[in-house]
Amino acid sequence: MNSPLAADPEVALRCTDLHRSLGRGEARVQVLRGVSFEARRGKVYSIVGPSGCGKSTLLYLLGLLDIPDAGEIAIDGQTMAHSDDAARTAARGAHIGFVFQFHFLMLEFTALENVQMPMRKLGRLTPEQMEARARQLLGEVGLADKTHRRGTELSGGEQQRVAIARALANQPSIILADEPTGNLDVRNSTIVFDLLTRLAKENGQAVVLVTHNPEIAGRCDFTRPMRDGLFVE
Amino acid sequence: MSPNIRIAVRFLTAKKRSMVMCLSCIILGVGLFIVTQAITTGFQDHFIDTILGTDGAVRIKDQEQNTIQTIAAGSYGSGFTIEHKGGHRYVEGIDYPEELKQAIVAFGNVSGVSEILQGSNVTISSSFKNDTVQVFGINMADQMRVSNLGRQIVGGSVDRFEAVPAGALLGREMADRLQLSLGDTFLLIAEGNVQRFTVSAIYETGVEDVDRVRLYLKMEDARSLLRKPTGISYFQVNLKDRDRAEDDAQWMQDVIHYKVDPWQYREREWLGVFKLLRISSAITVSVFTVIAGLAMFNTLAMIVLEKTKDIAILRSMGYTREDISRIFIWQALIVLILGTVAGCLLGTAVTYGVHQVPLQIRSIFTLDRLPVTLSAWHYLEAISTAIVTVMLASLVPARRAARLEPGDIIRGTAQ
Repeated sequence: MNSPLAADPEVALRCTDLHRSLGRGEARVQVLRGVSFEARRGKVYSIVGPSGCGKSTLLYLLGLLDIPDAGEIAIDGQTMAHSDDAARTAARGAHIGFVFQFHFLMLEFTALENVQMPMRKLGRLTPEQMEARARQLLGEVGLADKTHRRGTELSGGEQQRVAIARALANQPSIILADEPTGNLDVRNSTIVFDLLTRLAKENGQAVVLVTHNPEIAGRCDFTRPMRDGLFVE
Repeated sequence: MSPNIRIAVRFLTAKKRSMVMCLSCIILGVGLFIVTQAITTGFQDHFIDTILGTDGAVRIKDQEQNTIQTIAAGSYGSGFTIEHKGGHRYVEGIDYPEELKQAIVAFGNVSGVSEILQGSNVTISSSFKNDTVQVFGINMADQMRVSNLGRQIVGGSVDRFEAVPAGALLGREMADRLQLSLGDTFLLIAEGNVQRFTVSAIYETGVEDVDRVRLYLKMEDARSLLRKPTGISYFQVNLKDRDRAEDDAQWMQDVIHYKVDPWQYREREWLGVFKLLRISSAITVSVFTVIAGLAMFNTLAMIVLEKTKDIAILRSMGYTREDISRIFIWQALIVLILGTVAGCLLGTAVTYGVHQVPLQIRSIFTLDRLPVTLSAWHYLEAISTAIVTVMLASLVPARRAARLEPGDIIRGTAQ
């Protein structure tokens, strides 16, 4: 369903006036108080702020992993925030790639199989094409020689690079990254960030990342500080 | 291979020990179910074959007579009465067997009819001891059409029974107890009548109750001994399709107005025992399948707990709730398929093996090896039990996995 939210084709993601409360009864806290935001293709956005300010909650809403109490989200021109579970799941598979602080690789599978996992679900490519693309992506993140290693046989930095390759597998228009370097040392943080931003820019994908790391935030195209559930200037 | 099955297989192989436990229980449950059902059904079939081979499928005896009740009507002494059918009673024996026999043969499913004159409480006296036996007067040719008596003869022969004057056909158990051999003579005492007979043949049905007390004489000898020049006690009837005996018996009874007992009614106590044995053994061995179900539930529940992150990431990649549910259902299905196939093979092999073991059973039945009957129904019942138990056990974890919210999981892990 198209809406005014989707007027500009360069805008991969747009949200308006998002509200979200968590908890129940007395413990209920309003985490987001009317956040509006847009992410353009080929640009890298960082969201920074103290713990509990609502960064991750916003990211999960943008990734359609959660439903806002109010407000709207448009992904590639389609309003999705209040769609049914099946539509939001399909949109996640086709339009959004996730990179989390913890790699979340499926440890029973090899790096190659992990990267193929989203492609197998989407089913747009033949098995041969899926394998070729997975090999290509693993090559781009510097793991061409470790395609058949299981998650447990890779270092933390390597696991996160596999996660990046997996996030890019279906050529999504948006990459959402929640503290992607939060669990890595400085050297690996730099490698992972450079990879993520370079590949996203090359493919014209919007990257929205949540980070506590000011150095990482400083290298993004745009930085949006958050406090108490709102963006602050 | 679909991604769901691929993931299910990997999840399974990650929990090898638990899955081997589930698999073993399913194999044992299905296998033992088949074995126990094959043995109990084998015993039942052996019993039915033996008893039908001895007593036939249907027994026709006792004439049915309507009882008429008379009610006085009108004023006292008017003599006006109303008669109505008040029920029926049975008159023992069959007075005119020839006419009735023609009527019985006309039923399409009837393959043979034999007249039997039975005498109970007949005393047999050998040089060794006296005993009480039941005498059965038969026409051997007819009797062979309604029983396996010809094939059950283990000493002497049918021809010898027919040829020897005053010849008798004794059960092996009876002959052993009285220490009588072929050619030996003995006395039968009935109705104050004492007659000498010769052992012309010995039979063995394998049913102790029959072999111990039943003694066959030619019809004319039995009439003479029992002082019954006409009539018979009952007809023994064999049917082409013995499973139709109950319906045919009812039909015959309605037509000929004699009491007709099918073998299912005649042997209802034994058949009840076999049914009880079959059910109790099925319940007992189904415990393995129930354990398999519990093990499956436990294993899948553990996998759901351990794989919440994987479930979350799959959901974030576009896998639907149904996909997640199917991944867990597939795990149960894979174990179920492997378990039931292996269980069926195990059951068949053990049943075959058990049947080959030589045994000397000499009690109610005489058996040289365990009788077994493999039936498609046993396989179907075993597989159905396993399917219901394991799939029920997998539904709860599968639904739980499908209901997990990826946002909650990731948020919980990340913070």
